[in-house]
Amino acid sequence: MTNYIPVLIIIIFAFLIAALIVGASSILGHKISKKTKLDTYECGMKTIGPTRMKMNIRYYLTAMLFLIFDIEVMFLYPWALVTGNLGMFGFLEMLVFVIILLVGYVYVWKKGALEWE
Amino acid sequence: MEQILKILDIEGVRLAVGLLAVFLFVVVNALILTWAERKVAGHMQLRIGPKEVGPYGLIQPLADAMKLLGKEIITPRNVDKPIFYLGPIMIFIPVLVAFVVIPFDSYLQVRDINVGILVILAFSSFTVLSILMAGWGSNNKYSLIGSIRSIAQSVAYEIPLLLSLLAVIMMTNSLSLKDVVVAQKGIWFIFLQPVAFIIYFIAAVAETNRTPFDLPEAESELVAGYHTEYSGMMFALFFLAEYTNMFIVSAITVTFFLGGYQGPFLPGIVWFLLKSYFLVFVMMWFRWTFPRVRFDQLLNISWKALIPLSFINLLVTGGLLKL
Repeated sequence: MTNYIPVLIIIIFAFLIAALIVGASSILGHKISKKTKLDTYECGMKTIGPTRMKMNIRYYLTAMLFLIFDIEVMFLYPWALVTGNLGMFGFLEMLVFVIILLVGYVYVWKKGALEWE
Repeated sequence: MEQILKILDIEGVRLAVGLLAVFLFVVVNALILTWAERKVAGHMQLRIGPKEVGPYGLIQPLADAMKLLGKEIITPRNVDKPIFYLGPIMIFIPVLVAFVVIPFDSYLQVRDINVGILVILAFSSFTVLSILMAGWGSNNKYSLIGSIRSIAQSVAYEIPLLLSLLAVIMMTNSLSLKDVVVAQKGIWFIFLQPVAFIIYFIAAVAETNRTPFDLPEAESELVAGYHTEYSGMMFALFFLAEYTNMFIVSAITVTFFLGGYQGPFLPGIVWFLLKSYFLVFVMMWFRWTFPRVRFDQLLNISWKALIPLSFINLLVTGGLLKL
């Protein structure tokens, strides 16, 4: 538990420092605000259409695939940590797990979920 | 020396010194790297690079920082104010946290946490979050496209990154960075795990949004992507985080594959910094060697090449360890 106190302290420290830097800059910096200066930048044109537009569905697909794989990898971490003590059985067990994962991976590939055109 | 080390053992003192040292290091490192980037870029294009301010232009980044401090922080009318301000502030957190566990020398480590590498990896995901906040909060098309690309890229390259480190962890049976370094006393892991090293380094370059994987900021098409709307010190914070991230991924590569602080003759910290800055130099070298990849190529490199390769590498490592 005490191991993580430095991490907590440094998070607070980092937040304060970053806020301080932005604060100092906003006090020290120029303040010449003209109306057009505060417009959203779009190559000097007036912005056209809504900003938060629809994104390609593939981005969501990638995100979902990532979730699956990331969780699988997180399962592998504790296993890798004790793999020295597990012996052959532990390795074969994980082999089965990874092969099941790879079957899913091949399926995703063949289905064309990884294709971008 | 002995007495200094003894004082450092007191918890509060160690922490305070550590905090200050980490902060100073982050700032100095960013200043040196911005200078080095411009100098390397210059020489690779047969220019001289910055030379006017100070000897060899060394004071140039300091002058730039001072200038940025004096710039107005522009808050465009349409931004989501809380998210817009939190983005650059949040990006600073994972950058500092990583330094808690990085072992610069056998005694130069703020804290040797037994899940050290997990702390770094978990917090490095924070960076994606703040990029998303910056992109969404800016209410700008370029920023939004940049941040969405950044997320797709980071998540794609996070898997091979995790898997390549996993192969090393199987050999050390420890997540503590110090144990990993000690395990390389005889032979560096780059020789035992060359595939993992290559995968990790490619994924690391992609995670830090460096060329050839710099689509999130692609200056020439997205006008700097997620930090289009930022100015002054808020822009500087993004810059600071990017350059520090370059050092962090290099430091992790050194710790995991290049023997960390170990080396003959010179003190450990010198070896550590030499190896890390060499890798940083390699990343700058990449920038002027490889053209930017296309977005489908970018994702295909990860999903179709690096991920299967790292899974095979993992299984081969596991099999060989059991034999």
